[in-house]
Amino acid sequence: MQETVIPAASAPYSTLLYVLIPLLPFLGFLINGLLNKKLSGTVAGAIGSLMVLGSFLISVMLFWEFQHPTAQWLAPGATAHQAYTVRLFDWISVGTLQIPFTYQIDQLSLIMLLLVTGVGFLIHVYSIGYMHHDENVGKFFAFLNLFVFSMLVLVLGANFVILFIGWEGVGLCSYLLIGFWNKDHGNNNAAKKAFIINRVGDLGFLLGIFLIYLTFDSVQYAEVFHKASTMQIGTGVVTAITLLLFVGAMGKSAQLPLYTWLPDAMAGPTPVSALIHAATMVTAGIYMVLRSNVLFTLAPDTLHVVAWIGGITALFAASIGLAQNDIKKVLAYSTVSQLGYMFLALGVMGYSTSLFHVLTHAFFKALMFLGAGSVIHAMSNEQDIRRMGGLRKALPITFLTFLIGCLAISGIPPFSGFFSKDEILEHVYQHNKILWGIGMVTAFLTAFYMFRLLFLTFFGEFRGTEEQKHHLHESPASMTLPLIVLAILAAVGGFMGAPMFVGKHYLADYLAPLFTYSKALNPEAFATELDHGTELMLIGLSVAAGVLGILFAYVQYVSRKVRPSEDDAHRSAPESLVYHKYYIDELYNALFVRPVMWLSTGLYRFVEQGIIDPIVNGFGRVTLGGGQLLRYVQTGYVGLYLILIVVGIVLVLGLNLFRF
Amino acid sequence: MEQTIPEVIRTVPLEYYIYFATALFAIGVTGVLTRRNAIIIFMCVELMLNAVNVLLTAFSAYRSDPNGQIFVFFIMAVAAAEVSVGLGIIVMIYRNFQNTDVNLLNRLKW
Amino acid sequence: MLTVFLLLFPVAAALLLHFAKGNAARVMALGAALVEFVVAVYAAVVSQVTAQTQFEVNVPWIASAGINFHVGMDGLSLVLVLLTTFLVPLIILASFRHDYPNASAFYALILFMQTGLIGVFVSLDAFLFYFFWEVALIPIYFLAGVWGSERRIAVTFKFFLYTIIGSLFMLAAFVYLYFQTGINGAVRSSDIIAFYNLTLSSDQQAWVFWLIFIAFAVKMPVFPFHTWQPDTYTESPAPATMLLSGIMLKMGIYGTLRWLLPVVPKGVSHWGPLVMVLCIIGIIYGAIIAIRQRDVKRLIAYSSLSHVGLMAAGVFSLTMMGLQGTVIQMLAHGVNVVGMFFIADIIQRRTGTRDISELGGLTKHTPVLSVTFLVLLLSTVALPLTAGFVGEFLLLGGVYQYNHWMGAVAGVTIILGAVYLLRMFQRVMLGPDTQFTATIKDLTGAELAVLVPLILMVFWIGLFPGTFMRISEPAIMQIMTIVNR
Repeated sequence: MQETVIPAASAPYSTLLYVLIPLLPFLGFLINGLLNKKLSGTVAGAIGSLMVLGSFLISVMLFWEFQHPTAQWLAPGATAHQAYTVRLFDWISVGTLQIPFTYQIDQLSLIMLLLVTGVGFLIHVYSIGYMHHDENVGKFFAFLNLFVFSMLVLVLGANFVILFIGWEGVGLCSYLLIGFWNKDHGNNNAAKKAFIINRVGDLGFLLGIFLIYLTFDSVQYAEVFHKASTMQIGTGVVTAITLLLFVGAMGKSAQLPLYTWLPDAMAGPTPVSALIHAATMVTAGIYMVLRSNVLFTLAPDTLHVVAWIGGITALFAASIGLAQNDIKKVLAYSTVSQLGYMFLALGVMGYSTSLFHVLTHAFFKALMFLGAGSVIHAMSNEQDIRRMGGLRKALPITFLTFLIGCLAISGIPPFSGFFSKDEILEHVYQHNKILWGIGMVTAFLTAFYMFRLLFLTFFGEFRGTEEQKHHLHESPASMTLPLIVLAILAAVGGFMGAPMFVGKHYLADYLAPLFTYSKALNPEAFATELDHGTELMLIGLSVAAGVLGILFAYVQYVSRKVRPSEDDAHRSAPESLVYHKYYIDELYNALFVRPVMWLSTGLYRFVEQGIIDPIVNGFGRVTLGGGQLLRYVQTGYVGLYLILIVVGIVLVLGLNLFRF
Repeated sequence: MEQTIPEVIRTVPLEYYIYFATALFAIGVTGVLTRRNAIIIFMCVELMLNAVNVLLTAFSAYRSDPNGQIFVFFIMAVAAAEVSVGLGIIVMIYRNFQNTDVNLLNRLKW
Repeated sequence: MLTVFLLLFPVAAALLLHFAKGNAARVMALGAALVEFVVAVYAAVVSQVTAQTQFEVNVPWIASAGINFHVGMDGLSLVLVLLTTFLVPLIILASFRHDYPNASAFYALILFMQTGLIGVFVSLDAFLFYFFWEVALIPIYFLAGVWGSERRIAVTFKFFLYTIIGSLFMLAAFVYLYFQTGINGAVRSSDIIAFYNLTLSSDQQAWVFWLIFIAFAVKMPVFPFHTWQPDTYTESPAPATMLLSGIMLKMGIYGTLRWLLPVVPKGVSHWGPLVMVLCIIGIIYGAIIAIRQRDVKRLIAYSSLSHVGLMAAGVFSLTMMGLQGTVIQMLAHGVNVVGMFFIADIIQRRTGTRDISELGGLTKHTPVLSVTFLVLLLSTVALPLTAGFVGEFLLLGGVYQYNHWMGAVAGVTIILGAVYLLRMFQRVMLGPDTQFTATIKDLTGAELAVLVPLILMVFWIGLFPGTFMRISEPAIMQIMTIVNR
């Protein structure tokens, strides 16, 4: 990964293009933001979508050009598959710390560009229909465009600080969009929670950046990774760096123990959940780890932590998902769980596999969120699956696409999720059998609760009110078209990494140059190949887990027509524990929120007003008091003054005389 | 045989002047401290001043240094001015209180 | 000569204001402040990027004692003069909606204050520095004491006494140092160069350090010398609060950079760790207390305490990152905090209250106010591409370089900052309707005229911090060289 710098000045056209990718959505943000009330909803939506479409087209162009740099006008001097950076301007420079605003163009950023702009575009289109009735459509698209801008900066940046810009930017947009309906303090609290918990992670990330600078004397990817590639595996400082970076990833990608914001984030409009909290932003943590894969390869201890946290999160979130009754909450926990899978893959150095799952997950989870949005739209904002049922007749397209999503996430071949999930489990199997077991159990649980959701929503009898039943309708084309496109992607997306079917692992081959350094550092981790028999057995087992989960769900919710009990119903202890999400929110409240609040009041009352201020005022009071006391010397009796004068003179003279 | 003033002064031993001046000064101090009548206090202050004058004159003569006697003139001039101001104040006090007891003047306290 | 003009023009204008009444006084004051700003920008444009002092004037003041009227600007001074001259017109403009009684005196005092502030930033003679240091205090005393709210008398009295006692220690130290300059038969001098060339023993430096530092610590303020600050910020009229928080607290940091670090470097290295600990306690302490404050102004005051703690920590980290971060953060904080206090003032004027528990739901009818508020707030929580980020990033980097654990603890401020500011924003702007929601009006043109330059500045510093860092870099490098000598 030798760095080729394309100075901005020498390649005007290409620079313009690179700048345009994030700038178009930013332009959309400005237009929609400034003309908020003057534009009609559809126009605002069209502007927003077209801007993202523009970015997508440019990204496709760059993607193609990257492999066939025939024209040589995009990146003069570049050869095929050669990573390079584009320098835009100098941002911060202090002593040896140089932070230029540069873009990194390589396989990873290109894939992420396509993902963000592609899926982003579909969701923008979907939002035109979904947000049709809202009074602040302009604001919505402005924020959505701002998000795409930030996300593009995040994936394009060529150093850790630019990455951090995007990282915080998406956090802000997430805050703004979760609290989009800001009349309700419930939404605002969810938004605030998301921002603050992310900030906890950001602190780790920030400290990681500082340590990177102090260690490598640079924050530029190419330089850092180049220097890192000559280090020993297990170097302490790199372990520290990677752990700090991983704290950042935990926050953004909602891993234990910083995952609690993501379920709450469902307070935002559904397209937001699809775009930000499923397909793109939450995968930023995985992107970051992939980006710095060299550092992580150098730190096997960190990799262990990553793998275990990923695995435990996957299982933990899946188990919570079993008992949720809010259609979006189920999807949220499943997102947390799938993100856990991705970290599990990272932890066993299945880097490209992890990105594979990022992509397939983006397809099927965005699809499912949008499907859920379609359901909520049809049900007049009802989100409780206990009030749904039998919707497959009223919403056929939504049902079919949702079904594809469910099959994909459950790992049923040949849908996309099968390939990526199976690849992850294969990798994990080679490294750690316990984690593999956790992965298998999670796969089973995932299939179960996803189909529980599907069956309760689309099968059986309708359980909502008469009025809702009357209103049931399939969503407009602007909403169903993105669903269909995503469904196709979710169905066939897996073939980009299915050597068994198409003879070649396109994705892994494409990404290989990213991991050159890692491979050189730790060849064994990359070299291991499973024999064909084991591979088939693993595939069989993972498919079996999925099918078993679906069957269980079918028996439970279709054959036996079990309905989840109401909120106040009596539950057994373990059931109650899961239903209340292990009381983690309550725990955090007791451990962090309340003590900080208490500390705030306490410090103000007892330290500020009780100690420090009284001490300062005490000086004043002592002075006043001293004057108060001394003034009694002033008796007004001339005789006393005279005596004092004489005594004073005698004392002075006497002392002088005897030289005291 | 005509004697100059310093010579006359020197006919008395210096110690005697010191004893005398000290006594005079002590009487003055005692008077200031013990009496309450403003006029008497005033006179005692004059006594103290004059005790100093005596000493200055005596030393001046013994050391043949005229500076001491010049000082005496200064002191006398200042004392005269002081007396005029002081007596004026005392007259004012008497007009207001029909008395010259200094302890009546205790308004300026605390 | 440019320096002398910058120094004397506001006070001349202030004297002229005496002849103007009411409206005319405002306009004249604004005009004068704008002229001052243009001159300062001109100075910045024509200045060279070197460590050399420029626009220098050095004439005898008390010639027999070796005390000169020595002024001049290097990059560091220039940046702060720019900040001062940029903010003062905005502060004057911000007060236009108020009808302050005795307006000509009010605006004359603001201009008078400007002279004091600029004097502090350009003085190169210890006694001249002290002179302007106190000059800057007088107008703010009257501004707060005459035009403030209910408890103004007690509060300004405390503020005045506190800061003046602090600076008396500094005067004592300066007198001591002044005598030290003549110790080897040399001519006594209070010139800054003479102070820099002093060779004091470590013991001397150790106690001289505290004498000088107390003055700066009170002014900034550094924990635990801060208790005058929340009260004064809360009770002062809005323009005085802006002057205090926007510019005046930078006097303390500037003083530390110019008159403490290079003068007693050994004292700094001796007491540095202790001061760092104080600063870091202040960062966290201010942030935590801000969480539960209900008065918007008081909340911003505590957040300011937290930010200043970080700046001071950056200074004492004695790293290039920390010092340059301080410079940028001084600008950023000036812009942010002035904007925040202005918005607090706007809200108070519209609703009659600053209590966040009574406010809420304003955003629907005031989109422009919401956006400006949010931008300033995000800059304060150090969101990238806004002014606050560059400063805070470099400062935390500097502190981290000084000591990893201190950096980590100081970093908690980015979490707590989000907690208290977002909480405030939520309580004030978001949520269900309140009694104010229906009647509240969005920003007027005059208010936008104040806020738009501030917002542009927020993004300017956030995107192109190099503009200012280039100016201050040689000066900071020189300070670093002297300190490490």
